[in-house]
Amino acid sequence: MSSDTKKALFGPVIDNNPIALQVLGVCSALAVTSSMANALVMTLAVMVVTAFSNFFISVIRNQIPSSVRIIVQMAIIASLVIVVDQVLKAFSYQLSKELSVFIGLIITNCIVMGRAEAFAMKEKPGISFIDGLGNGLGYGAVLMVVAFFRELFGFGTIFGMEVFQLVQNGGWYQGNGLLVLPFSSFFIIGLIIWAIRQWKPEQVEKD
Amino acid sequence: MSKTKKTETVAGTLIFVLIICLVCAALVSVAAVGLKPLQTANKLLDKQTKILEASNLLAVALKPENIKVAGSEDKSIVSTYDKYVVAKMIDLDSGAIIDGDVNAFDERKAARDVTQSIKPKNDMAGINRRANSAVVYLVKNEQGQLNTIVLPILGMGLWDLMYGFVGLEADLNTVSSVVYSDLKETPGLGAEVLNPRWKALWPGKKMFNEQGDIAIKIVKGGAKKGDIHGVDALSGATLTSNGVEHTLHFWLGAEGYGPFISKFKDGGLD
Repeated sequence: MSSDTKKALFGPVIDNNPIALQVLGVCSALAVTSSMANALVMTLAVMVVTAFSNFFISVIRNQIPSSVRIIVQMAIIASLVIVVDQVLKAFSYQLSKELSVFIGLIITNCIVMGRAEAFAMKEKPGISFIDGLGNGLGYGAVLMVVAFFRELFGFGTIFGMEVFQLVQNGGWYQGNGLLVLPFSSFFIIGLIIWAIRQWKPEQVEKD
Repeated sequence: MSKTKKTETVAGTLIFVLIICLVCAALVSVAAVGLKPLQTANKLLDKQTKILEASNLLAVALKPENIKVAGSEDKSIVSTYDKYVVAKMIDLDSGAIIDGDVNAFDERKAARDVTQSIKPKNDMAGINRRANSAVVYLVKNEQGQLNTIVLPILGMGLWDLMYGFVGLEADLNTVSSVVYSDLKETPGLGAEVLNPRWKALWPGKKMFNEQGDIAIKIVKGGAKKGDIHGVDALSGATLTSNGVEHTLHFWLGAEGYGPFISKFKDGGLD
């Protein structure tokens, strides 16, 4: 793997994380992180959409008239999202029922659009595809960490497997009501950003 | 993107956009049409699973000896459903069984259509419009006798309408289960209506008292021991609990399955 590929694939996980550094795609990160299974499916969906939208946009990047380029990007992204939504409904009905509207809302996920505009419009298809995968990974890494804490301390489970037995199931653990609600992700994401910037101070913005 | 392009003419732009639209539309249509059969099957399976759960047959369907090949739980659910469940379309106002395609009937679509629905006079469940007909599920036992009747219900919870099924034993009074299939309640609070421990409180409760009035109620702070009409409320989810009670009262009442239930008790079926 060349260093460029590596950078495009793993760079967005820590060094250039779309959520932690660029603070994009936070809305869906709040909504789908109440369980790890949901977060994982959402991650895969975003990875597929970002990778393929980057790829297709990059393929036609020299043909897209710049006056309508945003609309063209949206059309491609929207089509891919609908395809992903349909595939989920066909092969994973329960999950698509739980994720319901959030798959459709990938269209409005700033990460997809941001990568199309900032990367795919300038670079070759292959590396754009990798960049899309990488950003999906970066998004997913944050999602999985947030979902881990929310599911474990909110519901006492990991991937639906019981770790702490809840009081309402006859156990000892009183689920944390805050973590059950979407906005608790703000606290967790804030802490993640703080931790990453402690580790890599170069990410701190200058005043 | 400040590079100048050779295609930057109005006609060129229009043609380009048109081609993109056609390609995208083709892609989306192929996916939607191609996957439709699988999606319909999934929806049906989901519904049949809930109906079996409401009539306590899901455990039968999922028994190891009924699953011939590993991973064929779906097949066992379908065959169990086909073996025990008969769906009938009824007219809610008269309570009579009517002809109709039970598979094509879509409650949500019918409730939106003013010609196929009414505005209930006493809309305690907050459903706004009620379809004129409904599909009820008659579940037989091994000997072919009626064992459970599963009635679809819906009503407002805290955030949105909650869709589900209530299973009644053949006396149309004793509850065999209350199963929700589709809701948007708060996880951990209202969505605990899906918690098996709460669902386990329902079997054996009586919907009606001796005078024949609807008596089922959700009791805040917990129902008294031996209370045959009371079910514990969910802690931290008063509005969802109220929603469940109102939903049951509406659907068992005169504007719900009331006419069907009295007709049925008079032996007016079949």
